[in-house]
Amino acid sequence: MEIRVAHLTKHFYDRSRRQTTTAVSDLTLTVPDGTLMGLLGPSGCGKSTTLNMICGLEKPSEGRIFFGSEDVTDLPPEVRGVGMVFQNYALYPHLTVRQNILFPLENLKGAHRPSREEMGRRAQEAAALVEIETLMDRRPRELSGGQQQRVAIARALVKRPRVLLLDEPLSNLDARLRLQTREEICRIQRETGITTLFVTHDQEEAMSISHRIAVMKEGLLMQEGAPQQVYDDPANLFVAKFLGTPPINVLSGEVRKETLLLDGQAVLAVPGAAEGPVWAGIRPEGFLPRPDGPLRCALSRVEVMGRDVSMVCTHPACENGSLRAIVPSRREAEASGGAFALRPDKVFLFDREDETRRPFRTEQA
Amino acid sequence: MERSDNLSTLGRRADARRRTLRAFTYLGLSLWAVLVLFPFYWMVLTSFKSYAAYNGEHIPVLYTLAPTLENYRQAFTAVPLGRYLLNTLLFALVTTALMVAVSTLAAYAFARLSFRGKDLVFGLFLSMMMIPSELVVITNFVTITDLDLRNSFPGLILPSITSVFYIYLLKENFEQVPDELYRAAKVDGTSDLKYLWKVLIPICRPTLVTITILKIIECWNSYVWPRLITDDQAYFLVSNGIQEIRENGFGRENVPAMMAAVVVISVPLILLFLAFRKKIMEGVSRGGMKG
Amino acid sequence: MEQNNRKAWLYLLPALVLLGGFLVYPLIDVLIYSFEEGFNFASQTYFGVGLYNYQYVLRDPYFLQALKNTFLLVLITVPVSTGLALLISLGLSSIRPLRQLYQTIYFLPYVTNTLAVGLVFMVLFQKTEYTDGLINLMLSWFGGGPVDFIDGPYWAKLFVLCFYTVWVVLPFKILVLTSALASVNQDYYKAARVDGTSRLRTFTRITLPMISPMIVYLVITGFIGAFKAYSDAVALFGTDLNAAGMNTIVGYVYDMLYGASGGYPSYASAAAILLFLIVLTITCVNLLVSRRQVQG
Repeated sequence: MEIRVAHLTKHFYDRSRRQTTTAVSDLTLTVPDGTLMGLLGPSGCGKSTTLNMICGLEKPSEGRIFFGSEDVTDLPPEVRGVGMVFQNYALYPHLTVRQNILFPLENLKGAHRPSREEMGRRAQEAAALVEIETLMDRRPRELSGGQQQRVAIARALVKRPRVLLLDEPLSNLDARLRLQTREEICRIQRETGITTLFVTHDQEEAMSISHRIAVMKEGLLMQEGAPQQVYDDPANLFVAKFLGTPPINVLSGEVRKETLLLDGQAVLAVPGAAEGPVWAGIRPEGFLPRPDGPLRCALSRVEVMGRDVSMVCTHPACENGSLRAIVPSRREAEASGGAFALRPDKVFLFDREDETRRPFRTEQA
Repeated sequence: MERSDNLSTLGRRADARRRTLRAFTYLGLSLWAVLVLFPFYWMVLTSFKSYAAYNGEHIPVLYTLAPTLENYRQAFTAVPLGRYLLNTLLFALVTTALMVAVSTLAAYAFARLSFRGKDLVFGLFLSMMMIPSELVVITNFVTITDLDLRNSFPGLILPSITSVFYIYLLKENFEQVPDELYRAAKVDGTSDLKYLWKVLIPICRPTLVTITILKIIECWNSYVWPRLITDDQAYFLVSNGIQEIRENGFGRENVPAMMAAVVVISVPLILLFLAFRKKIMEGVSRGGMKG
Repeated sequence: MEQNNRKAWLYLLPALVLLGGFLVYPLIDVLIYSFEEGFNFASQTYFGVGLYNYQYVLRDPYFLQALKNTFLLVLITVPVSTGLALLISLGLSSIRPLRQLYQTIYFLPYVTNTLAVGLVFMVLFQKTEYTDGLINLMLSWFGGGPVDFIDGPYWAKLFVLCFYTVWVVLPFKILVLTSALASVNQDYYKAARVDGTSRLRTFTRITLPMISPMIVYLVITGFIGAFKAYSDAVALFGTDLNAAGMNTIVGYVYDMLYGASGGYPSYASAAAILLFLIVLTITCVNLLVSRRQVQG
């Protein structure tokens, strides 16, 4: 089932001062049928509000929500056919795992209500999907965080919803479990083929499991697309900064005669770029250590962490003092003495004022 | 599309039901609010009616057009209401001050000092919370009588000072202050008493304020012990005073003057409550109990 | 360590002296009193040791009256006040505007003097030769005859006593239940809404189990508090509760000790210990029942 939201807007009213804050502003977005989409952004960007509106827990101020061709904007959550996994799982502590999973089914009325055996069968099926069949008679507090997460997913899926929504599904887990649960969500989504939307503030999490990601900032959709595509082709400085670890290096520069100047020195040919001051964003992997390279930095130190070798350098044009380059080997790093050539496909130019992308042609790519 | 139309009406009907429910909720809540407030309104209203007007009302009237302060004058002159108030104030302040001092010291010993038998003594302390005051009042009555302390402030105050519960509350609060502060103070050569006075008490002030207010309320409303221990009007507290007024009051059944006395007694506490509303409600929900 | 020892005991001294003198010693002493037969307060002598005091109290019609009154009061006010408090707290937690105002108003009875406001209730319910009183006026609108609630039939007096008791204990219960309801994580309700849980089912399957420890706490403290009822009755019916037929167990204890019918600390002690045993039994039964229910 495809999820489509059109011009979705949500204002919150401050009762005492009649002030409004706009949590989500004119959001138009499509989650194609059967895909897993990550809704990504820093806290307070409106992603959770968006999720709640799709779920039906909050009413949009403006705009429509469609599941397939059906307009569900005015429907209460229980008839929308959504499964929701809450950030803290919201498992009822006084009920066993089995009772928790059965709970949504027991709410059904009339013709929709399955027989007792059917309910049991479906609960068992959902439990099998998330591999918790052996834990059915325990209570939530006897389970680890990861197991609780699975129970919450089973409870969301047992009604066979049309879409699955997850709010920060991994944020309450420790680092090791996070990796494992990431795979697990991926697998469950693949096996059920259910259209899934999840919210996260962790870009690595979103990039690693989503088919598509949507990046939000202050209620506005910044960019939407396949993770690699968004990473390789960010629409603006915010998206470029938000994606990637280590983060992109931002330097203040200038384009003059189709050449990027940093601190007055020409470092890269940027054919087709408009003249004027720019922000230059350079991915850490965009630096090629060359003793005769045009970008001359002062090398502060070389850090070797596992398979990564990174060079920490300073450059006068660099915004936050130091920049970080990931290079193939320590030997090359030391040999270069802090001079680099740049890979044009890893360099992005942004407008100084509105921070939108200033394109240029990268011919050799 | 038809399905979604049906469902939309479903949603609208649910909305309508929610609105009705909300209206009923407000109606019910307002009803109880009226039930709570009405006695207060009635006592203030009656206290402003003149004696003749009140007794002339065969059918009670919900308002008065000729308010008078005569009842308040009566309440302060015909019976020693001023004295009752003063007694109560003195009783409440002294008892509370002693209670805070005694409890702070004890709580400090339990929270911060290590000594032999601490766990045992603290266990005994906790079990004392179970002792109902009704059981011990009998012997205390005899003790105070034997000490010849009836109709005296020490007799009123001494048995009312200690509260195991407040010691417990303070101890818990003291224990939340990090050990590092104590060690730092010790390194600087601070004495225990000075540490208690300069560090612990300022940090735990909110709790101290809460128990102070709760104790003052308790003292202001105490009735049983003062009634047993005083029969001389010069030592009556407000609760006993009001009972005295009710039974032998103004020489005749003077309801408006009685109500004036009730207003005078109730107002200080209500003002205290409104001033410290948050603190009081927090403290009470942490385990205060009336009676 | 040795020095710390002495200092600690010094800090504890005032509290220990006061608690020992006015809490521990009396507790032991009251037991002794209750078994001393024919104790004479003036000469501090007694004839013998035995159960006579208990026998006397249990045969005293005033005590039996007090026992009946207290039990009726407990059985009526505890369920009524707990249920009403639950209803009001649910209402309170479902609204946003005016909530604080309501909460403040509802708490007022807690900080008022029981004796003083009791007097107001008496005036409202009383029937005198001048006037039938406000409550009777309201009753007459619905066709009810005038009833003297303060000095009339037993059921009327019991009703006023229960009504006033509920009015007095409700603030505490509302406060406790409102904070219990507020501490339930809102996500549970959101999850229930997504699953289309009906309001009744949300209440019985989620809200009630979540706040059940607090309800158990309120019921137990409510039982204990109601068994110790006294000053509410004094406020409504005056100090001579035996004459009004509205005495409570605690009132009986005090009347035995002091006042017109007083001077019998042995009988008072026996009655106080009987009360203590009743409360202890009921509390244990309560705990057992609630534990079984939580398990089942």
